[in-house]
Amino acid sequence: MKHAQQPDILPGTVGEGLAQRGVTRREFLKLCTTLTALLALPPSMAGAMAEAISKARRQSVIWLSFQECTGCTESITRSHSPTLENLIFDLISLDYHHTLQAASAEAAEHAREQAMKDNDGKYLLIVDGSIPMGNPGFSTIAGISNYDMLMETARGAAAIVAVGTCAAHGGIPRADPNPTGAVSVGDIVKDKPIINVPGCPPIPVVMTGVLAHFLTFGGIPELDAQGRPKSFYGETIHDRCYRRPFYDQGKFAQTFDDEAARQGWCLFKLGCKGPVTYNACATTKWNDGTSFPIQSGHGCIGCSEANFWDAGPLYKALSMPVSATTSMLGAAAAAGAAAGVAVTWHNRSTKAAAKAAHEKMTVQELSREEK
Amino acid sequence: MSHLDLLTFARGSALNWALVLFAAGVVLRLFEILGLGRRPDLAKPRPDSPGSGWRTIVMRSVPKADTLKRDAVTYVSGYTFHIGLLVSIFFFAPHIEFFRSQSGFGWPGLPSALVDALAVIAMVALGVSLAHRITSPVKRMLSDISDYVAWAMTLLPLLTGYLAYHHLLLEYTMMLALHLFSIELLLVLLPFTKLFHAFSLFISRWYNGDISARKGVAS
Amino acid sequence: MSATLEKGINAFKEVIDAPIASFFSSCVRCGMCAEACLFYTETGEAKYTPIHKLEPLRRVWQQEYTLLGGLGKLLGLTRPVTDAELAEWEPLVYDSCTLCGRCSMICPVGNDITYMIRKMREGMAASGHAPQDMVAATTRAITIGSPMGVKWPAVQAQIKHVQADTGIEVPVEREGADYLVLMSSMEIINFPEYLSALSRIFKQAGISWTLAQDAFEATNSGIQIGASDLAGEIVGRIVVAAERLKVKCVISPECGHAYTALRWEGPNLMGRPFGFEVKHILEVLDELHKAGKLKTKGKDQRPLTYHDPCQIARRGGVVEQPRRLLSEVAADFREMSDAGVMNWCCGGGGGVSANSRADSLRLQAFKVKKSQIEATGVQTLITACANCRIVLEEGLEHNHMKVEVIGLTELLAEYLVEDNSTPVPSPAGGRGLG
Repeated sequence: MKHAQQPDILPGTVGEGLAQRGVTRREFLKLCTTLTALLALPPSMAGAMAEAISKARRQSVIWLSFQECTGCTESITRSHSPTLENLIFDLISLDYHHTLQAASAEAAEHAREQAMKDNDGKYLLIVDGSIPMGNPGFSTIAGISNYDMLMETARGAAAIVAVGTCAAHGGIPRADPNPTGAVSVGDIVKDKPIINVPGCPPIPVVMTGVLAHFLTFGGIPELDAQGRPKSFYGETIHDRCYRRPFYDQGKFAQTFDDEAARQGWCLFKLGCKGPVTYNACATTKWNDGTSFPIQSGHGCIGCSEANFWDAGPLYKALSMPVSATTSMLGAAAAAGAAAGVAVTWHNRSTKAAAKAAHEKMTVQELSREEK
Repeated sequence: MSHLDLLTFARGSALNWALVLFAAGVVLRLFEILGLGRRPDLAKPRPDSPGSGWRTIVMRSVPKADTLKRDAVTYVSGYTFHIGLLVSIFFFAPHIEFFRSQSGFGWPGLPSALVDALAVIAMVALGVSLAHRITSPVKRMLSDISDYVAWAMTLLPLLTGYLAYHHLLLEYTMMLALHLFSIELLLVLLPFTKLFHAFSLFISRWYNGDISARKGVAS
Repeated sequence: MSATLEKGINAFKEVIDAPIASFFSSCVRCGMCAEACLFYTETGEAKYTPIHKLEPLRRVWQQEYTLLGGLGKLLGLTRPVTDAELAEWEPLVYDSCTLCGRCSMICPVGNDITYMIRKMREGMAASGHAPQDMVAATTRAITIGSPMGVKWPAVQAQIKHVQADTGIEVPVEREGADYLVLMSSMEIINFPEYLSALSRIFKQAGISWTLAQDAFEATNSGIQIGASDLAGEIVGRIVVAAERLKVKCVISPECGHAYTALRWEGPNLMGRPFGFEVKHILEVLDELHKAGKLKTKGKDQRPLTYHDPCQIARRGGVVEQPRRLLSEVAADFREMSDAGVMNWCCGGGGGVSANSRADSLRLQAFKVKKSQIEATGVQTLITACANCRIVLEEGLEHNHMKVEVIGLTELLAEYLVEDNSTPVPSPAGGRGLG
């Protein structure tokens, strides 16, 4: 270490890195306070978290990108607390990320292998993108199929974070008819703890929050049945939406540019999927808390839900049928009519037969012979 | 299959099939009824009759004072239930969007809280109806299993809708899917149960009104 | 030849039509019809619920005329209607239904239950499940010409009395008369006042009318028992006489079901529209009154009320006429509760009064009429149906009530202004008796 060491800073720890970059304890505490809030921990935990993180070694992280659009990486570069710089330089050691790393070709792959070797059983594996099972050639890195690379890298990981809807649920590559046979990480890796952080892309603070939790507690946060951290995915967008009162009052925008839309009324009728989308957009918002899709006038498309792409048209209200039925109804009515004609024909024959069997009654026939 | 997948199925194929079976069933039943025809009435009808089939379609909804007094429970619970149900079906904004998707036009909805209250009242009225069906000797005698099935089939959409709206019992997406499935069950079975009265009642009232009107009576 | 179950089921299949299919489809088993039926309200017995009386017919509809019911029948999931079942239903269909039509007025889904009971009786009769007394009455109507066994000489005797009392000739078999007058056996035997009153009123109004020797009886047991073939035969007698005498109008007497039989069912039973009109006597009297040909003087000071016969009011549309007529002669007319088209039946219509097995039930059902009458506080009850009149008198006597029952025609005749200068219509074209 080249500079004067503070007494409580241990070599090779996060604390050392922070000190090197001149991050004050006050600034670091502030960061930890933000993280405790995000993770729904009591504010008193901030100090403990700062303590824990300072003493922890910078976490080795390997980030694998498969069938994806780099939107997840784009998103995490817009993380504001902590910033990506904070994250990379202070909290973690991002040993492999083929978009962000300077190294290329064999050097890059070597970095991954080295990190796996050095931190065997301890590194955190982050995956974005889905894995094509149809043909290994659909997506490869350095000649290695996505499947092989995932299985190889997962073997020594302490835990896996599947960021983005592709890694968590298969995402858009998996959308019908799923030409590549795309699957999620959880579909093929069964022996490691997996944290799903869906979203297309996921909210950056959700990604960093999950990392912070791992660093602080050395384990994974409380997950729901779909493997998502409950603290971020516990409630629907709709329940936390600032436009919710308009929904309850029955005030809806009918088009994107009508007066109701300008007044900020509910976008349900324009196809907002907020009611069935579990995510934190309405509370954490995006871009340093600036806004989120509904706030900018567009309904939620439900991007963090599995198979959202096949869950009906984006601009059809949730209560509308997924597919057009009007023409089918005409055909159904015609089929009903045809069956009705057949039944009527049968009924009329029955009645005609009864009429034919009727012989004019006489008074004698009012009684039974045996009576 | 995730809850959203289930919901997508409920909004998609399941709904389509339910609507198809519903439309076919209703048309079939209408043929089945009307196809039997009736003999023309050769008796000369009274001119300027105060009644007509159309009048009875409307006026039969007004209870007669004496009967109202004798069986207030049936009238009040029946009215309350039907109003609550119809408002819930036709004036809840998301439902209107469904009808807009089918018909191409919509109408203004009512505030959710009001619809919610009416749905609860409708369910309470249904509860009263069931209790009355079980305790009234007349109703109990007339009822068979199909009446209780029809009762449950009517309650389920209201109940699941209510639970979904309030995020009770099950997660919302799942409950919404169940809500749709319960409606789909109702749609498929409606034409073949007594619930078909929703359609045939207009025919029955018309015939009743017409038969009476020919004799000079508004029924 | 004998009645058989097969014939009964065949008749059920024959009568089920679109209205019946829609009625059965619409029923929600709300039981409201029970509250409209005096046999239920006065006994509290659930089995008297009107729609329940139709259960066998409903099952035949379901099995024969619905897709699902047909499938059920094919798979053996439904029981066929049996003789035992029809025997069980016989008292429900005949003893506890007067075809009064009150349930048809209140059914929330609009089921005309009465229409269905009338049709169901076709199958009951054809299967031999009609009450013995009604079978006997119908047999008399067909073989003798009147359900009570009245023959023309009895009418002749009455004509003689009337002519002696009033000095007015009663025209018989007068071809070209405007009106053919009918009577019910009940009037011939019990209420000779009717013919006398009519003779006086018609004389005063200058009406040309006649009686027919072979068609004096207006009642029709065939429609009560539910045997359309026989009902048609009975109606046919009147139609033949009316056509022979070339009358413009046939007057149905103060009898409820006779009016229904002739006015509403007649053309359908005959299979052709009539070339003459059919009117109830109250309609004719109302027309005469409107035309100024029925003048009365003075008013009855007794408090009066009017019992609407079901087939005349609710099932016949004659509601305002008796009230207009009463307002001329009654100083203190009091309406009963539910008067008019919602009036309560006397309990003896639809053949019930002809069925002695139903006597005690009928008297039990009379309680509602009793309380209705008591509420008006009158001691004089006016009506326009001889059968109602008999049933009411019996009910009143059974309940020890001192209430007199009078036919409306008779009441009007009491206050008739008789201008003796009007010449008696000449007997040209006909022949008087006596």
